[in-house]
Amino acid sequence: MKTVYLDNNATTQVASEVLEAMLPYFHEYYGNPSSMHSFGGQVARKIRDAREQVAALIGATPDEIIFTSCGTESDNAAIRSALATYPERRHIVTSRVEHPAVKSLCANLAGQGYRITELPVDKNGILDMEPFVDRLTPDTAVVSLMWANNETGALFPVEKAAELAHERGIPFHTDAVQSTGKIPIDMKKSAIDMLSFSGHKLHAPKGIGVLYVRRGTRFSPFLIGGHQEKGRRGGTENTPSIIGLGKACELAARHLDTENSAVRRLRDRLEKTLLARIPKCRVNGDIQQRIPNTTNISFEFVEGEGILLLMNEYGICASSGSACTSGSLQPSHVLRAMGVPFTMAHGSIRFSLSIYNTEEEIDFVIEKMPPIIERLRGMSPYWTSAAQACATI
Amino acid sequence: MWEYTDKVKEHFLNPRNVGEVENPDGVAEVGSIACGDALKLSFKLDENKRIQEAKFKTFGCASAIASSSALTEMIKGMTLEEAQKVTNQDIAAFLGGLPQEKMHCSVMGQEALEKAIENYRGAPAKAPGEQIICECFGVTDREIERAVRENNLATVEDVTNYTKAGGGCGNCHDAIRQIIERVRAEAKPAATPKMTNIQRIRMIEEALEKEIRPSLKHDGGDIALIDVVGNRVIVATRGSCAVCKASDITLKHFVEAKLRDLVSPDLIIEEVAP
Repeated sequence: MKTVYLDNNATTQVASEVLEAMLPYFHEYYGNPSSMHSFGGQVARKIRDAREQVAALIGATPDEIIFTSCGTESDNAAIRSALATYPERRHIVTSRVEHPAVKSLCANLAGQGYRITELPVDKNGILDMEPFVDRLTPDTAVVSLMWANNETGALFPVEKAAELAHERGIPFHTDAVQSTGKIPIDMKKSAIDMLSFSGHKLHAPKGIGVLYVRRGTRFSPFLIGGHQEKGRRGGTENTPSIIGLGKACELAARHLDTENSAVRRLRDRLEKTLLARIPKCRVNGDIQQRIPNTTNISFEFVEGEGILLLMNEYGICASSGSACTSGSLQPSHVLRAMGVPFTMAHGSIRFSLSIYNTEEEIDFVIEKMPPIIERLRGMSPYWTSAAQACATI
Repeated sequence: MWEYTDKVKEHFLNPRNVGEVENPDGVAEVGSIACGDALKLSFKLDENKRIQEAKFKTFGCASAIASSSALTEMIKGMTLEEAQKVTNQDIAAFLGGLPQEKMHCSVMGQEALEKAIENYRGAPAKAPGEQIICECFGVTDREIERAVRENNLATVEDVTNYTKAGGGCGNCHDAIRQIIERVRAEAKPAATPKMTNIQRIRMIEEALEKEIRPSLKHDGGDIALIDVVGNRVIVATRGSCAVCKASDITLKHFVEAKLRDLVSPDLIIEEVAP
């Protein structure tokens, strides 16, 4: 069975160019970039190139790029650095819809006595800027807001938020794991102090992340060890992955237009056709301020896990914000924060595309989804009464 | 991804008895859309007062749909007295087991059955004095007590896995803890007095007969008790169990766990060659 992969916000396929760039650095050029001999030195040069490629994607300078092991490490390093470098401050501002990498860290820090403010979002998942400003205090050590939401794709006005934080002397961090490579990012024009992203969301391998730290920002390392990354992150470099990430960033810069034209068009066609062909469904999250590859659609009166498993029978991969798929008993914290009604939240499916998806794949999904939803609704005790209620109105 | 058994997957992909029985004798709805799963069960009796037809409509995940399908298959042909004895564990066993976090799906099936039978008999749906403990999921003290008693639950997390109670805001965790303590305190006197070896063997035989063999027989297997030496229970596997590669796991995780629950927590299962 052919796989139709529409779960690119979970992880992506390593691009063949990326894999090709990496392969020699496992077996042939295995030297340690810190070594004095030229066998290691040639790897150090490749890492320098990769750092330039990564910096170019986000409009940074190479010395502002720190390689880490993943997005979660970058988020932890950024927030913990702010707390360590402003030890007198005990307050963190974040949002209710953050990724667990930030949300769980903040919950943990709350247990250590930090005050956490989780800003609410509106029904479209967009941050309200007015209460944001009110919550910034002289005690605030860091603001951490995600750029694009992983579940809905909704974009936060982080650049505006960063300016407002800066005016008050508060460092600003953003988790840009879902937005890097999907929207233009230029750190030269931004007030953001720290930015995290992850390789495996943009066709580099898993196990490599980036933390951007603006020049002049106070920084205290999370992993303490050797002099790697100028002492800002100890540990021998993951050379093949860093080299792969460099290539992936170069490709992402080149494909940014494709993401915002071809991928967006496929996403919009999928979304519009499903909404037209399946009654009682809706899009979760702002449809304008959104990354181009993501759509989160709720199918009322059915449950997400059942939908995913039936999709799985056709080789279609996606995700759900339903309780049953999360391992907890409540639907996703993102949908709850947006006030999505329970009848809708349990039946939410996230489709996230990549530049490798084709028109044929989208046609296939469009063909298979209506009977899947119909079949589950045929089993749902709520469907008939709901349909009847509609008919009488 | 959940580790569902092939039987769960099969019942999810090809559910039996979907729908509503026309002119049902008993009908019940449990769960709610807010909880994330709900089941409407209806049945009809034949002239001998046996369940002739049982149908379901379920909103919920794969294991909820599979549990409902399994339940309707299991109770067909039963008298109401027999059907009343069907436990959530029977439903889970019929499906070859459910992930721990999904046990509440089997509990939902059992509750629906119970309420549908009550509905047939004209009994009140809610016993007097019953209290809602978990506001988020609308779970009562009676339901929690029952789940704790029948599944030998020890922690709030167990109770959440089986009934969903406590899975939301968490405000009821203390109340749940109190119920667990109360139920476990009342359960103890029966189980703890020192047993003679004869009593112990009798209890093991009874547990094998009532709780273990029926599940094994579903899959064409069986088990024979050879001897009990101290806390070592020596058994032989029969039928398909004897040739099944997974029988070690069944012995350890199902048979031994059951015997520890029902007889004594120090029992160790040992297998002799068939």
